[in-house]
Formats: sequence, C-alpha cells, structure tokens
Amino acid sequence: MPDAGNTARDAIHGGVHNAIAHDSARKHVTGSALYVDDLPEPAGTLYAAPGLSTVAHGRIRNLDLSALEQAPGIVAVLTAADIPGRNDVSPIHAGDDPLFAEGTIEFHGQVLFAVIAESQEAARRAARLAKVTYEELPAVLTVEQALEQDLSVLPPHEMKRNDAAAAIAAAPHRLRGTFHHGGQEHFYLEGQVSLAVPGEDGDVTIYCSTQHPSEVQHNVASVLGRPANAVTVECRRMGGGFGGKETQASQWAAIAALAAVKLGRPVKCRLDRDDDMIATGKRHDFRIDYEVGFDARGRILGIAFEHAARCGYSADLSGAICDRAMFHADNGYYLDAVRIRSQRCKTNTVSNTAFRGFGGPQGMMGIEEVMDQIARHRGLDPLEVRKANLYGAAPRNVTPYHMEIEDNILPDLITRLEESAGYRDRRAAITHFNAENAYLKKGIALTPVKFGISFTTQHLNQAGALVHVYTDGSVHLNHGGTEMGQGLFVKVAQVVAEEFQIDLDQVKITPTNTGKVPNTSATAASSGSDMNGMAAQVAAQKIKRRLSLFAADKYKVSVDDVDFLPNRVRVGNQEIPFTDLVKQAYLDRISLSATGFYRTPKIHYDRATARGRPFLYFAYGAAVSEVLIDTLTGESTVTRVDILHDAGKSLNPAIDLGQVEGGFIQGMGWLTSEELVFDGQGRLRTHAPSTYKIPTCSDRPADFRIALLENAPNREETIHRSKAVGEPPLMLAISVFRAISDAIASIGDYRLMPALDAPATPERILFAVEDLRRRLQVRA
Amino acid sequence: MNAPTRPIRFLLGDEMREVADADPNMTVLGYLRQQERRCGTKEGCGEGDCGACTVALGALEDGQLVYRAVNACIQLIGTLDGKQLLTIEDLADEDGALHACQQALVAHHGSQCGFCTPGFAMSLFALYHGQDRIDRNRINDALAGNLCRCTGYGPIIAAAQTMRDGGALDRFARRRGETIAKLRTLSEGKTAMLEGAGSSYYAPRSAGQLAALLERHPDATILAGGTDVGLWVTKQLRRLNTIIYIGDVDDLKRISVGERWIEIGAAVTYTEALATIEEHHPDLAALTRRLGSEQIRNAGTIGGNIANGSPIGDFPPPLIALGSRLVLRRGDRHRELPLEDFFLEYGRQDRQPGEFVAAIRVPIADPARQLRCYKISKRFDQDISAALGAFVLTLEAGRVQEIRICFGGMAGTPQRAPETEAALLGKPWNRDAIEAACGALARDYRPIGDMRASASYRMNVAANLLRKFFIETTEPQARLGVMAERRAAHEHA
Repeated sequence: MPDAGNTARDAIHGGVHNAIAHDSARKHVTGSALYVDDLPEPAGTLYAAPGLSTVAHGRIRNLDLSALEQAPGIVAVLTAADIPGRNDVSPIHAGDDPLFAEGTIEFHGQVLFAVIAESQEAARRAARLAKVTYEELPAVLTVEQALEQDLSVLPPHEMKRNDAAAAIAAAPHRLRGTFHHGGQEHFYLEGQVSLAVPGEDGDVTIYCSTQHPSEVQHNVASVLGRPANAVTVECRRMGGGFGGKETQASQWAAIAALAAVKLGRPVKCRLDRDDDMIATGKRHDFRIDYEVGFDARGRILGIAFEHAARCGYSADLSGAICDRAMFHADNGYYLDAVRIRSQRCKTNTVSNTAFRGFGGPQGMMGIEEVMDQIARHRGLDPLEVRKANLYGAAPRNVTPYHMEIEDNILPDLITRLEESAGYRDRRAAITHFNAENAYLKKGIALTPVKFGISFTTQHLNQAGALVHVYTDGSVHLNHGGTEMGQGLFVKVAQVVAEEFQIDLDQVKITPTNTGKVPNTSATAASSGSDMNGMAAQVAAQKIKRRLSLFAADKYKVSVDDVDFLPNRVRVGNQEIPFTDLVKQAYLDRISLSATGFYRTPKIHYDRATARGRPFLYFAYGAAVSEVLIDTLTGESTVTRVDILHDAGKSLNPAIDLGQVEGGFIQGMGWLTSEELVFDGQGRLRTHAPSTYKIPTCSDRPADFRIALLENAPNREETIHRSKAVGEPPLMLAISVFRAISDAIASIGDYRLMPALDAPATPERILFAVEDLRRRLQVRA
Repeated sequence: MNAPTRPIRFLLGDEMREVADADPNMTVLGYLRQQERRCGTKEGCGEGDCGACTVALGALEDGQLVYRAVNACIQLIGTLDGKQLLTIEDLADEDGALHACQQALVAHHGSQCGFCTPGFAMSLFALYHGQDRIDRNRINDALAGNLCRCTGYGPIIAAAQTMRDGGALDRFARRRGETIAKLRTLSEGKTAMLEGAGSSYYAPRSAGQLAALLERHPDATILAGGTDVGLWVTKQLRRLNTIIYIGDVDDLKRISVGERWIEIGAAVTYTEALATIEEHHPDLAALTRRLGSEQIRNAGTIGGNIANGSPIGDFPPPLIALGSRLVLRRGDRHRELPLEDFFLEYGRQDRQPGEFVAAIRVPIADPARQLRCYKISKRFDQDISAALGAFVLTLEAGRVQEIRICFGGMAGTPQRAPETEAALLGKPWNRDAIEAACGALARDYRPIGDMRASASYRMNVAANLLRKFFIETTEPQARLGVMAERRAAHEHA
C-alpha cells in the first residue's frame, strides 16, 4: 500500500472509477451555483411573459391586445407578426410548433403572444389582459378519440419477426388485453428560463437552461431569419432536465432573443411554474393492446402489440419516442413471433416530448403487464414466467428488430438478485401475511430492465470536445454535453484528468457553449458520458501525443519511452513535472489545444424494414419491490426495494448510484402518485405541485438496498468500459407497479389479473380491488 | 385616533434592516432575490409546495431563540418584523467552512442538479437547531415540504442522520445570546407598519389594536400564516390594498387548556399547537403531521384554515366532529358559535366585515369518546385531501350514544352527515348498523369529481372509511393503516 503522504505520486486525485463528489456539490450547498435566473442581470434587462390560449382547439377570431399595451411598465407585445424569420420552434423543422400561434389554436395553453415589460410581475399581470375571441372547434383529447377519427402526427410504424398471428392462433393458451398508463410531468425544480443579450449586427447570446444548446441556436436563428453563426447559446447547468429541456427550451429562448434583438435590450423569459406545466410537453401516455399465445410454462410463442401514443398537437420527438417504445416492447424477453404496431395519435393537448427513458418505459410496461397476465392465467409465480421468457442462447437471442443480443447477462443478474433479496422466502411470508390480514395486503415483484444505448436516429451519435492546456499546466475542458445534475461534467473531467494523469482540480469545467463546440446532439438517450467522454479523451490524447513527441525529440528518447505518471511525465530515465513539460512545449511552439470528435461505431438501422443494430450495447438491471396496500382505501406504500444495476465499469460509482436511486424514485412516482388530469375542455388540471404529486422524502422505502453489478465491464469499447446510466434505472420502478398488482391479485388467490392502469393512485387501486371482488363473486 | 406605529425591523443574518416604504405585497423571496441580490434562495413553484425557497426564521418563543423553516415565496415581507432571517448565504462561516448540514450534504452526495439544495439545507438547518431526536420519521416530517426530483432522497436522509455527529454547537448557537439581545430591541408594543406602492400593512400587537384597525379597515385582508393569502399574490396576481397581520397579536397566540375546552388563539400555528394536540387528541396530531409541510405548519394557523372557508381544509372536519366552537370578535363584541355553523356555503362564511376569528374552542379529550380521522390523498405527505373523514363515537352498553361524522372534500363546505348519524344513533354498534349507515351516506353527500378523485371514488372511500372506523373500534388487533405501518417501519429504518 502506498504511503499516505506519497499518494499524489502514486495516483492522481479524481481519476476514473473513483467515487468523486459532484463538481458543484459545494456550490450547490452554499447557494453559489449560478442558474440562469441567478446571473447578474445586465443593465436595462426586460422581462417576458407568454400569453396562453384558453381553448384547446379553435380559430382566433380577434386578438385584442390594446389593454396590455397600455398597462403599466409594458415595453412591447410580440405576436407572430413580429417574427422576421420562420414562425417555428420544432425540433425537426416540421413547421408544426409555432413560436406564436397564428390562426388556429391546437391546445389549451398554446402561446399566442409575449409581453415584454420592465418587471416580471408587470409582464405576467399584463399577459392576462388580452381579449381573445375564439371560434371553438371540437377538441380531440384522448387516443381513443384520435384513433376513431384517424388523427395522427406521423404515420404508423410496424416491426415484426416471424408470423405472430399464426403463432398465437396455434398456441395452447391465448390471452388478450388492453392497458393504459399515464404521462408524466418532468417537474425539474428549475423552470424553463432564458436570458438573451443582444450584440452587434443583430447577433444575440442566450444563457439558456437547455439540454440541447445547438438546437436552441438553430431554432432561434431560424426565428430571427439569421444564420446560425449569429446566435450563441450557453448553458452552465440546469436545475434538472429529465428530457424536458431537450426540445422544450427553444420557445422561451426564441421569445427572449426575438425581443432582445428587436428592442436592443437584454430580455429574460422565465416561466411561472403553472405556465411551465401547462405549456410544455410531458411523457407520452400510451394505450397498449396485446394478444399473446403461450405454452403451459408461460413461455410466449407469439405476441402482437398495438401501441397508441398520445403525442399531442405536433410531432416534436414523437417519432423517435414511439420507435423506442417499440424497441423496448420486448424488454428482456425473447419474442419468437412478434408484431408491434405503433400509432402516433394527434390530440388537442400539449405536444408530448422526451422524458427519461424516451418511450422505453412505455414499451416495457406492455410486456410486463403481459408477464403478469400469463402468470395469473397459469397460476404461476410471475417471476417464473419472466425467467422462462428471458433472452438466452441462439436462436433465442434475436430481438424483434433482428439485432442479436451479444451480452445477455440478465439471467445471471436476476438469479443473483433473487437470492440477495431473498425473493422466495419473502414470497412465502407475504402469502402468509395476506392470508392472515383482511384489510392490508402485501405484494412483491421482480422485474428486469434491458435498455438499448445509442440514439436510434443514427446521425445524432456524434460528439465533440475542446481541450486547452494553459502554460501553467491547468486544463480548460469543454464539450457538447450539458449538465443537468447527472454528473456528466465531473465524469468527463475525470476522463481528462485520467488521460493527462493530473489531479482533477487541475481540470476546469466550463459551460456548454455553441461557440466552442458546434453542431452537438442533445444531452439525451443516456449518451452524455459515453459520447462526450470519448470526444474529450480524443482531444486530450491529441495534446498528449504532441507532448510525447516533443519530449521524445527534446530529450532524445523513443516516444514509447515517454510515460504520463501521476502529475509528472517520465521521459526516459527522468521524471518531469507535468506543468514543466507543458511550459517547455509552449516555448517550443507546440499547440496545446485540441478538439476531439467521436462517432459511435457499429450501429446501423434500416427503418423501412425495421432491421438492424440500432444500439451499441444494452444496459441491464433488475429490481425487487415489496408494497403494502390498503384494500379499504386503495392507499399504498413501497416497503422494501432491492436493486442490482449494471453500469459496466462505473466511471464514478457515487454519481451512478445517485442516478440509480433517483431514477427509480422518479419511475415510482410516474407509476403511483403522479397523475396528469385533463378535463373535458382539454385543460390540464394538475399544473402545480399542489395538484401534481411527485414523491417526497417519506415515499423513499424504509428498506432500500442498491448495488451496482460488480466485475462487469462493458464488452463494447466504451469510455473506460463504463455503461450509460441516466435512463435505465427509471424502468426498475416497473417492479413497484407490478408489486401493487400482485398485492391486489392476492385477493383472488393469484388466479385473476387485476384490472389496474397506471398510475396506481388510491382510486385506481381501490377500484381494481372492488372489480376483482366482483369477478370473484361472479365466479362463485 | 391612530395608534402610534413604527417601521418593520428585522435581522438579515446579523445585520439590522429597517423597512418603512416597501410594497407590502412583496414576498420575502422577491425581496431576497431582487433587492438583496441573494440568489441562493430559489423559486421553484411560487406557491409553497416545493421548498426550493426555504429560509429559516429565528424568533423568540418564550424567551428562547427558535429557528423555523418557512417558504419565502409566499411569506410577505412585513411578516419578517421582529425576526432573524437566515438564508443559504448565511450558513457557511466567513472563512468558508461549511455548516454541518452543508458538509453532510456534500459528504453523502446529497445534491445532483442542486436547485432544490439550498432549500433542503435550510430545512436541515432548522432541524439541526430543533430539540427533536432526528430519526427517519422526524426527517420525513421535516423534509416533506422540500421536493427533490434528482436524488430519490436517500443521500439527503443520510445527511440529516449524520449532521449532528460532530455535536450541535454551531456559530448560530454560539451567538445565541447576542442574537436574542438584538431581537429584543426590535420588538416593542407599537403596531408595525409598511406603506408602499399604494398598499398598507399593519401588524398590531394586541387584540384591542387589531379590533380597532379592523373597524377602521373592514375590507382589509386579514393575514395570518399567509399560506393561502400568499398565493393570492403570487398566483392570482391580486394586489392587497390593506393587509392586517395577526401573527404578532399576543392575545391570539395563546393556547389555554381549561376543564372543558382547549382554547386555541386564531394566530397559533400548527407547529405551536402540536404538543397540546398530541396530548389531548393523538389522532388529530397524526393528521397535523400530514397537513401541509413543516414550512406550512410553521407559518399556517388553525384559525386561518377555518377562516378561509376552504371545503378541503383538513382541520375543520375533525374539529366539527369533536363539537368545537368558534369565537369571533368585532370591536369589543364577542360571539361564539358551533364551528359547523360558520361554514354557510361554498365560499361564504358567517363572518361580518370588521369581524375576526379570535379563537377556536376544542373539547378536551373524554376517554369515553373516540376520535378518528382519515385523510385520503394521492401522496401521504403534503397533499390536499381528496376526502377527509372524521368520526367521534361514544358507546353506552354497546349502543351508539353519540356519533358525529364530518367529511371534508365531499361537499362545498366541511359537512356533517346527518342521515348517516341518524342511522347509527341509538343502534347497536355492529356491522349491520354500519352497512345501513353506509347506505345513508349517499343521501348526505353528492361530491364532485376533480383532479384529486372522481365523485364515485369519494363516495366509495367515504363509506369504506366509516367501515374502517368500525373495524378500528371493534377489532383492535387488525392491521389497518398503510400510513401507520410505514411510520412503524421508518421507526426502525
């Protein structure tokens, strides 16, 4: 063991695989971490507030803004007529996400105009003074209504392998069913916010809370009718993103930028929480219809899924989200004969968007419902059915999109978790408890996760980085990834520290900026550290190579005889401090700045035939959840959770454990207490934390055991053999929902499938209990 | 005759601030972020539900300096009078050494995006300074008003559990004497006053001053904890022209326990009332812990929960079931009425202009009378009830001698269930009687459906709560409550 006083010589501080604290931890706890709304405001800053529609569908007959214009403190009111460029902030330039609605209103809460005022309060107050006359049109609010009227934002898509219909027809056992699960509000604690500062030539710099600075840049440029190089977007950190600031930041950035350029003054657009929840997109809710044929052991022989997603009024990212739901309709199970159809329903509701998991959770919910259905039908423990259906050796290793599973570690992972969690004994104890207790019932479930890593839109799988080494040896790091709390910045900094073999505190983390690294992809799809880590490593390696060549030349040794040791470089027989070598290289006119670029290898996918390898690899995990429900009220609580999750060879186990726990609790909220309620007029009634209930402290299970899978390096050549960890853990929470279903099923001696949609609110649980009791009576 | 007044005075950290001409509608959060440029305190929701804006208020209670967490976003600036306001910027030492609660958050990886973190740190700070043992249930209660969307709470709980490991003596404790002395100089008997932007704010010190002010300004907004009125300002964008704050009226801050009644002054907060409630009506205390959050309970008052007339306030149903009475005052005239008679219809209460709620008189516990209250909501903590049922039962030789049932969330006001009560009164307390009474509930209530629950769930669950009450009184060994089970599990966590 190294002498403690000598550790700096034996290992750097903050290299990869170390449990390093978040780079901003100290700033977070002292309140000194700056979010966009905290930045010192330039003199003359104005404030924007949007005016929202009050009907879900209709035509604007008259937009009378005269009362606003005379209100105190108002500087300007902007409408579609003020847009010099394109009136569109859609992510795919579809033209279906107007910055300001013109003519037709497509959802309740759509932005009609923006008020620019001397104070935030004046802007908000004036925004309510508009007199709008609408010609109301019938509003389509549900997927059922949309399917009936054949309304969609994008054409349907199909994925298949073998003949599902024939396999189902020939199967000894068959079931069909319909299942709904709800959407989810991101509830990032920091709402949408942008501060636009005008420059010369009509240029503008925007400080924006966004996961996708490049897209904000492109959208703002397009709205302004200016080239992309006129717009710079910067983001140091977000107060949470979760997918909600991937495409949804553009509109508010564009309002601020439009006003800033027009008025020649800085303009901040920060949404009030209620406006944020009403006017920005959420997770897609799905209706899933299925038909399945299986054998006596519950092994699936053929299965057909019909997905119907509520996309809202525009396409946004619905195409890729619904595709990913299809890619995860199998979860970890081999489906020999399978057909998955997906409808992208258009409704007069806010346009749904990316949310952690990006369709994956929705797809998995379908197959996990089917697993329980089969188990109840056959009188089997659902875990046995799940295990019987897992991917295995060839030929049971091909996905519905014809990709071979090369690293199927799930069976082993599940076995380990089943044992460490004591599933069998607890199952017996729960059955006993349920027999003894009339009113409270317990349930348990183990569900797996297999989540595909890579953007399924191939060109997005690229990333860039920029690394400077200054003459004092300190390093400036920049890359295209954004920090939303997930710890990306510290992980990438660890990669760079590791590469140069310098202490982490020598690496300066800097805000994401479109002027430094251009044409970036969103920080999304869990790909942040995979891609930006690689790009930063490439940049560091370039500089290292130059330093090595320089050292070899100067000290007349072979380049192979130059070795980067902790905070120093061995050149032949001598060791030179890293800082000294850097200074020497500078004096010899060696470039100490480099860009790095990475493109994910191996992936390809032909959407027309729904075949290929859309993912570089899969991240795996499994969870056992135990719950308690009250059959008189429908209240429930999660009493214990055991998780075993695969983060490959973790870049930072502390950060990764945080992702696992936080993702799980967020998923638990989605499936239990978080309910989006739209009324008959299409108004969102749960538009604030008073009515929309994300988990709170006491909802964290009393007994919560989380472990990362050990000795499991990624088989693919990812950054230091780690695996992506942002999204996959959210889906571990499907075990909570299945455990609640299990508790209800106990009332029917586990032979009847509870009719339970998500989220499992007290109301849904109570009604599922009462429905099951009625079915029991009919049977008797 | 105008009583003498003085400006608002408070400590920001250790510095004295005197404000006479601010807009009384300004929130503490607006003051901190815009006037003081203290941007560590965040706005998450602007309605007191997320806790990102949590600050600690130090105040003298019975001569002791007590720190309590409140939501700066809905607290109006005037209510700082006489208090010490501490924000996240105050916690670390001048030399940069972190406070124990901050250090614990860092050590346990308690922040991810960091936006909620200052609020958590301030809630932890107040917990750190409290007298309570810090177990998981206490942590749950203390942090229920702080939402975190990133961590899943585990690391924050770990921070709370370990932050006192190095002892509980921090800089603020060491300076206690000095702070108390400063706070004493702030307080004196005059009515504190603010005038600005066309609005006036008065904080009288005695019920007499209050009565006189209200006679002069019968249309004034009476402000207590501000946990409802604050939202009129931040969400409805209403401008309050005249605000009369009752939180410094000594006569309304009293709790007295007599032979028949516990009299709770209208300005007593939930937090202040909790110990007395716990002693006399433990079931009501359990409900109190689920009402709002620590921040809301530190500011909100039982009087306000009644006076605002909400059909979904959590306290009126159990208070009505117990047979509580309300004391109102106008000028020098007092009147008293059964609490249930105060609620006339949705949005209308029996309170005249210039009149104010002075106190609530709650019957003291009677061993023969059983009280149970059941709160149903999507989330256990800090959620508004979909339905809340309160039951009081007295049995005599197995027969129902007294039954009082009151529900919240089932009608436009908190409402008794006369038909159901009639179906039970004088009957043997058995399952047949309960089933007959469940049938009668449908004649007592026609609830609406909304975002919290459908009408049909409300009716079903109301009947089941009556059944649950019956089971609880007849099968003492039955395991019945998910919430109780969870608290028991957290006891050992």
